[in-house]
Amino acid sequence: MATRDEIADAIAGMAIFVDLARPQLIGVASRFEEAFFPQDSRVLRQGLTGSGFYVILDGEADVVADGQKLATLARGDFFGEVSVLLGEPPTADIVATRPLRCIVLGGPAVEAFLVDHPRVMFRMLQAQARRLRNANRRLTANQ
Amino acid sequence: MDRGPAPRPVAAPSAAAGPAPAAGSARPYPPGEYPIVIVGSGPGALQASYFLGRLGIEHAVISGDDGPGGMFRRWPFFQRLLSWTKPYAPADRASREFERWDWNSLLALEPELRGIATEFMDGTSDFPSRPEMQSNLEAFAARAGVAVRYGCRWDSTRREEAADGDRFVIVTSDGEYRCRFPIFAVGVADPYAPATPGIELAVHYADTRDAASYAGKRLFIIGKQNSGFELATGLLQWASRISLSSPSPAKTSIETRSLVGVRARYVQPFEDSILGGGVDILSASTKGIRRLESGRFEVNLERSDNAMPLSVEADEVIAATGFVCPLRDLPALGVATFGQSKLPAQTDYWESASVPGISFAGTITQGAAGLKKHGIPANSGALHGYRYNARVLVRELARRHFGIEPERPALDIGDLRDHLLAEATRAPELWHQKAYLASVVSLDPDEGPRDEGILPLTHFLDAGGPDAVAMTIESDGASIYPVVYVRRGGKQEEHALEPDPLHDFEGLPYRRDLGTILDRLTAGAPAA
Repeated sequence: MATRDEIADAIAGMAIFVDLARPQLIGVASRFEEAFFPQDSRVLRQGLTGSGFYVILDGEADVVADGQKLATLARGDFFGEVSVLLGEPPTADIVATRPLRCIVLGGPAVEAFLVDHPRVMFRMLQAQARRLRNANRRLTANQ
Repeated sequence: MDRGPAPRPVAAPSAAAGPAPAAGSARPYPPGEYPIVIVGSGPGALQASYFLGRLGIEHAVISGDDGPGGMFRRWPFFQRLLSWTKPYAPADRASREFERWDWNSLLALEPELRGIATEFMDGTSDFPSRPEMQSNLEAFAARAGVAVRYGCRWDSTRREEAADGDRFVIVTSDGEYRCRFPIFAVGVADPYAPATPGIELAVHYADTRDAASYAGKRLFIIGKQNSGFELATGLLQWASRISLSSPSPAKTSIETRSLVGVRARYVQPFEDSILGGGVDILSASTKGIRRLESGRFEVNLERSDNAMPLSVEADEVIAATGFVCPLRDLPALGVATFGQSKLPAQTDYWESASVPGISFAGTITQGAAGLKKHGIPANSGALHGYRYNARVLVRELARRHFGIEPERPALDIGDLRDHLLAEATRAPELWHQKAYLASVVSLDPDEGPRDEGILPLTHFLDAGGPDAVAMTIESDGASIYPVVYVRRGGKQEEHALEPDPLHDFEGLPYRRDLGTILDRLTAGAPAA
């Protein structure tokens, strides 16, 4: 993985970028940077400021809050956006459980990117709505 | 306190360790077995060899070049660096503090080897010329006794099993070198060009000709990084018109408030573009290049804003599209790489994330990105960042593989606060490697406070250990401020202190705020 074309190919089928045409995918590939995290390393750290928005290209990661695993993320999943949007530290660790390749956009660049790509913002909102719905269902089931 | 390893007498090479290094001879380090082999002779290699030598760790240094300096023997193309040295900065040239103002000298324990870059500057600019930089590095290697076997080209690599541990075999033009711990400091030096149709019609930045040969020509430069703007700046007076293009808008380092973006020295093309002065700065993908019957070139673009086609005719096309790591066959050995520059993925201590034993020095260490808080990278891609990485790497290799424990001076608990604030205000490691290297003090109840020196911040955060405090300097893109990380009972806290307009963090408000944080950590024993 490396070049813009290769990254554009890799993200072309992902739900969050599904509405983008090829030139826009190339644009995404040139605005994000590729990052690699060894297995067992932390990508985001609960409570520490200054994070970014990540989209997984390859590998897996766990979402761990206060030592408790909450979810597993894989190719096409994204994380870090809540922290960036709220301007608050992440509420969970993201820990690579296999070698993890991501594309990442630094926090300060996220707002401009989303404003420039409203369809990506819509897909992100959809994903957040699903997470909220599922959390509500779990809450209801536990009552 | 000096934050480097303490000098030790250089051990006489043992028979088991292989041939004598013969430093100082015309061709030192003949093929054979060494505990460590460094490949490269740029600043990163010289710095790593220097600190290994001062710790008495035997090693060989090999390079295909003819002399020290790496890329600075040839580039930047217009012969003026992007990294400053301020000879009259407010610190003694032989002091640790001076390093904050001197981006171009290698680190040394001996005062007479510090701040060498200042000796070679002719007073015309705080950015040394390329020949001045080359002289600086040559002088360091000669005076510090850093020997290199030049003209020894690394050809291939393989692994070899042995009863006492695997070896890496580095096959060179002079023969085979065996070692357990190779350090590759080979730069990001191989020209890269994208697979754009017709890209072979473009000349890479690395092959740019003499500026006068572009007189009166219309130029198209693919790429809007510093190399593209360096060429545009240098060719403004020669070219008839210059177009620069890449898919994303170009930002200056002033806009990003970091070294990300086009450096201030290269902003003239921006102004020319804004004022309609013969420079076009385009946001577009290059779809193809073709030669016209006239002999000129047509560059076909797709605009990033509306995906509409755009064509530009040019006499010359230059691909300022960057460089990749010349890792040769290391990926075949399992070294994972990433990004357009094919950087090796690395641990906190610059070891390959996928092949333990292989380490990296020099600009390649930007492959260990650290936290990259607020999207701002460390300066590991530049000498003033990676010289510290090399020192920390050697310290860790010495500890882990050679039984050499680093100095950990005891610290009076009453001095802890002022020590940390002095580090925040003056430590060059923290200023050059923001949110990346930290000044750490451990607070093990059995040992009392210990100055652990400079460590990777991610190691401090992730490796665990006794209660401790780490001081960093950080930037959020708006201001620069100290951040205190506290590890207490296995949990971490982050405390950002306020910025100061003069970057002086030793005043009363800082003493008060840090004192409050530390008093909670030291459980009643006042840290000031």
